Amino acid sequence: MVNTYLFVGLIASYLFGAVASCALNKKDNLCTYVSFLSAAAGAVLGIIFSLSVVFGETFNISMQGSLVSFGFFVDRLSAFFILVISIAVLAVSIYSLGYVKEYFGRKNIGYLGFLYNIFVLSMLLVVTASNAVMFLIVWELMSVVSYFLVVYEHEEPETRKAGFIYIVMTHIGTGFILLSFLILAGESGSFDFGAFSASGAGMPPLLKDLVFLFALIGFGAKAGIVPLHIWLPYAHPAAPGNVSALMSGVMIKTAIYMLIRIFFDFLGAGVLWWGFLVLVVGTVSALTGIIYAVVEPDIKRMLAFSSIENIGIILLGTGASMIFFASGSPALSAIAIIAALYHLLNHSVFKGLLFMGAGSIIFSTHTRNLEKLGGLIKKMPGASALILIGILSISALPPFSGFVSEWLTLQSLLLGFSLNDSFARIIMPVSAAALALTGALAAFCFLKTFGIGFLALPRSGHAAHAKEASKPMLFGMGILAVLSVLLGVLPVYVIPYLDMITEPLMGTSAYDQSLSFDILGTVAMPAGKISVSTPALLLLMLAFLSLPLIVLFAYHGKRTPPYETWGCGQPISTARNEYTAAAFSRPVQMWLGSIYRPVSGSQATYSASPFLKSSFRFESRIEQVFELYLYAPVIGFVKDKARRVKLIQTGSIHAYLSYIFGVLFVLFMFMITGGS
Amino acid sequence: MLTQLAIAVFQVFIILALAPLLSGMIKKVKAFLQMRKGPGILQPYYDIAKLLRKDSVVSENVSWIFHAAPVVSFVAVLAAGLLVPVYILNMPFSFAGDLIAVVYLFALSRFFIALASLDAGSSFGGMGGSREMFIASLAEPAMMLSIFAIALNVGSTNLDYISGAVSSLGIDAVSPYQLLAFVAMFIIAIAETGRIPVDNPATHLELTMVHEAMILEYSGKQLALVELGAMVKQLLVFSLLANIFFPWGIASDLGAAGLAVSLIVFLIKISVLGVMMALVETSTAKWRLFRLPNLLSISLMLSFLSLVSFIIVKGG
Repeated sequence: MVNTYLFVGLIASYLFGAVASCALNKKDNLCTYVSFLSAAAGAVLGIIFSLSVVFGETFNISMQGSLVSFGFFVDRLSAFFILVISIAVLAVSIYSLGYVKEYFGRKNIGYLGFLYNIFVLSMLLVVTASNAVMFLIVWELMSVVSYFLVVYEHEEPETRKAGFIYIVMTHIGTGFILLSFLILAGESGSFDFGAFSASGAGMPPLLKDLVFLFALIGFGAKAGIVPLHIWLPYAHPAAPGNVSALMSGVMIKTAIYMLIRIFFDFLGAGVLWWGFLVLVVGTVSALTGIIYAVVEPDIKRMLAFSSIENIGIILLGTGASMIFFASGSPALSAIAIIAALYHLLNHSVFKGLLFMGAGSIIFSTHTRNLEKLGGLIKKMPGASALILIGILSISALPPFSGFVSEWLTLQSLLLGFSLNDSFARIIMPVSAAALALTGALAAFCFLKTFGIGFLALPRSGHAAHAKEASKPMLFGMGILAVLSVLLGVLPVYVIPYLDMITEPLMGTSAYDQSLSFDILGTVAMPAGKISVSTPALLLLMLAFLSLPLIVLFAYHGKRTPPYETWGCGQPISTARNEYTAAAFSRPVQMWLGSIYRPVSGSQATYSASPFLKSSFRFESRIEQVFELYLYAPVIGFVKDKARRVKLIQTGSIHAYLSYIFGVLFVLFMFMITGGS
Repeated sequence: MLTQLAIAVFQVFIILALAPLLSGMIKKVKAFLQMRKGPGILQPYYDIAKLLRKDSVVSENVSWIFHAAPVVSFVAVLAAGLLVPVYILNMPFSFAGDLIAVVYLFALSRFFIALASLDAGSSFGGMGGSREMFIASLAEPAMMLSIFAIALNVGSTNLDYISGAVSSLGIDAVSPYQLLAFVAMFIIAIAETGRIPVDNPATHLELTMVHEAMILEYSGKQLALVELGAMVKQLLVFSLLANIFFPWGIASDLGAAGLAVSLIVFLIKISVLGVMMALVETSTAKWRLFRLPNLLSISLMLSFLSLVSFIIVKGG
C-alpha cells in the first residue's frame, strides 16, 4: 500500500512541476524553483519507491479500459531503472536551479520546466509500463518531449537540424519496436507484457529471431548503437546542459532496459548467436564511439560519442551474459549481466556529472570548443575538481567507479573460456582486447579534455574570464561525484544489490555460486582465485602517501620562487605556444587515418604580391564515415524513388478522383470474389 | 597479522632498494655493449640522493595537479608493488588486485604524470603526454590479450595464483602458448618501461623524447619522486615477466633458507631480463612513433596465437 502512495506521489510531483511551471512562466525565478524542486522531490520519492520494491515486493496496478488496458508493473529490474533515473534526476534538478539562469530573460523558463518534468515522467513510465500499447504511447511521449527539449534553442539552424535527425532516427526505431511487439502480440494473443513473457520463449524460432532483430534495431536506435548512433552527436550537444545530462545519462538507458526485458524476460535468451551479435554490436559501438570522441574538439559532442562507447561496453556485458545463458551457465550469465548493469549505473552517474560539468563550462565561458578553453582549474576550482572525479571514473582508473564495472566486464569475458563453443572462446577474448583498447583511448580522450581545457593558460578571452559555477550547480555535480567515488570503493554493497535485481531474471544468484565478498570489499570470482578490492587498493595508496610526503616536506632548503615554463631559453610562456587539442590527438588521427579520412584545406589571401600573406586560414575536419557511406546512399535512394512516385501526383483533381474510383473498384471486386 | 605486515613492508623495501640498481645495471651493460665505460652501477642512487637534496623550480603557470601528480603516480606504482610477486608467494595483499588491477594502477600513475605534462603550458610536455598516452593505447589491447592467454592456462588473473600454479607445473609449464605469450609480454614490457625501440630513456632531443618530454618541467625532489616511480615501475614490469613465466625458485613460505634462495634467484632473473633488455636496446634503433603500431600489433598477434594454440593444445 505504501508503494502505491509513493508511486502516485512521484507521478503527482512531476505533474505538479509541469503544471506549475506553465502557470508561473512569467516569473523566471519562482518558476525555476517550483518546477525543479518538485522534480527533485519526485526523484527522492522515486529512490525510496525503488528501494522499497527491490527489498519488498513487486508492484502492480492495472486499469482495464474498453479498448486497451493501462497498467504499471514494477519488478526489481524496473525498480533498478527507476533508481538510476531518480538519482540522475535528483542531481540534475538541483543543478538546474543554477544552470537555468543561463536562459533568464532570453527564453521561456516555464516551457523548459514543463518539458523537463514531463520528460522525466515519461522515462519513468517507460520503465514501468506493463503492456505494449501503453508502452508505445509513453515511449512516443518520451521521444517527442525530448525532441522539443533538443530544439529548445531553435533559433540556431544547427539545433533544428539536430532535432530533425533525432526525430527521424527515433521514429525509425519506433517502427521496428512496433514490428517486434506486433509479432509478440500476434503469438501471445494479448498486448500484455505478462503474456509476452509467458509465451515468448515458446514461439517458433524464426519469429523469435525476428523479434530479437527488430528489438535490437528499434531499441538500438534509441540506445545509440553503431550504425544507428548518428543522432547522438547532434542531439546531445544541441539540448540544454541539464537535459543532455539526462538524455545521455538515463534516456538512452531506457532502451537497454527494454533490450534486457525482451531478450531475457520475453524471449528467454536461448539462442547462442543472439549473444554473439550483441557482443559484436557492443564491441563495434564501443570502438567507434571512442575513436570519434578522441578527435572531437566540441566537448558536448565528445561526451555524446563517449556515450555511444559506454553503451557499447554495457552491451558487451549483456552479450556475454546472453552467450552464457544460451550455453546453460546461468551463474556466469548473472555475473556478466551484473557487470553490464553496474556499468550502466556508473555511466549514468559519471556521464551525468560530466554533462553537467560541460554545461557549467559553457555557462561561464559560452564556448563548447576545447581549443578555446584552458586554465579553468584556477578560475573554476570547485567545478574542475568535481569534473576530474568524473574523468577519473570514466577513464576506469582505480579506485573510481568505472574501474570496478570494467574489471567485472573483462572478467566475465574471460570466463567465456569455460564454455565449450570454440567460437565463443575466441571471440570473447578478442572483444576483451577491444575493450582494453577502448578503455585506453577513453583515458587518452578524457586526459586531453582535462589537460587542454582545465590546465595551463587560458586560450581565449572566454576562458580567461570564466567564473566558478554557482552553488546549486556545484551541489548537483557534487552528489554524482560522491556517488562515483562510492560506487568505486563500495562494490561490496552494490553487487549484492545488483544480484537481487538479476536473480529473478537469471533464476539463480551469482552470489551463491561464483562471487564472494569479505570485509575488505574484495570481489572474488569463481572459487576465490580472482579477486580485486578497491577499498584495499585505496587504503594501500593512502598508507603509501606517507612516503612521498615525508620526502617532499622533510627537508626544506631555500624555497625557489616560481619561474617561467622552459622554452629553450626563449620567453615563450604564452597561450599561443601551448599544445592544442588537435595536436594532442594527432597521433591517434594519423594511426587511424583510414577511418577518420581527415580532410584539410588551407586558404591564404595575399596583399600586393604573392609573397606577402595578409591572412591565412586552415581548416581540418574528419568525415563521419557512417553518414557518408551508409546514410547518404540510403537517403539518395529514397529521394530518387520519391521523385519517381511524384509522377502520379499531377495536382489535377480529376486524376485524384479517378485514383479513388480505381481503389474502390478494386476493393469491391475483392469483396465480391476473394472475400467470400 | 604482524608477519603479514612484515612481509609487505619488506616487499616495499626490496622494490624501492632494487629499482635504481636495475636501472644502473642496464645502463652499465649497455655501456659495455657499446664499448664505453659508462657510469657506475650505483649512479641512479646518487642521482636520486642528489635530487632529494635540491629544491624544485616550478613553473608559474601550474595548478595543484602539477604538485599532486608525482605523489599520486608514485603511490599508485607502490600499491601495484604489493600485488606483484617478487620474492615470496601468498603475499598478504594479493587479494586486493589481480594482473588487470596492476595494469590499471600503472594507468593511474601514467594518467597523472601525463596530466601534469600539460599543466605548465609547454609544447614539450603536451608532445610527451600525447605520445605516452598513444603508446599506452597501442599497448593496452596486446597486454589484455596476453593477460588472457596467461590466465587461461591457470584459470586465474591473480598474480599470486598464476606464479604458484606455473611453478607447481614445473617443466610442463614450458609450452608453445607460454612462449608466445612471453614474447608478446616482452614487447609490451619494452613499451611500458619506455625503452628502445619505443622510447629512448637516454635522450633529451626535443623531437624524439617521450617520457622525458612529459617530465621536463619537474626538478628537485619532485623529479626524484617521478624518476624513482619510473624505476619502481620498471622493476615491477620485470618482476611480472620473471614471476609469471619463470616463477621457479620463488619462496612460498617463510623459511630462512627458502627466502635467501628466492631473493638470489629473483636477482638472477631480473639481471638476465635486464641484460636481454640492454641487448635489445643496443641492437635496434629507436623507431618512428608511427611505426610503433606495427611493433605492438606483432605483440597483439603473438598473444592471439598464444590463445589459439592454447585452445588447440588443450582441445576445443
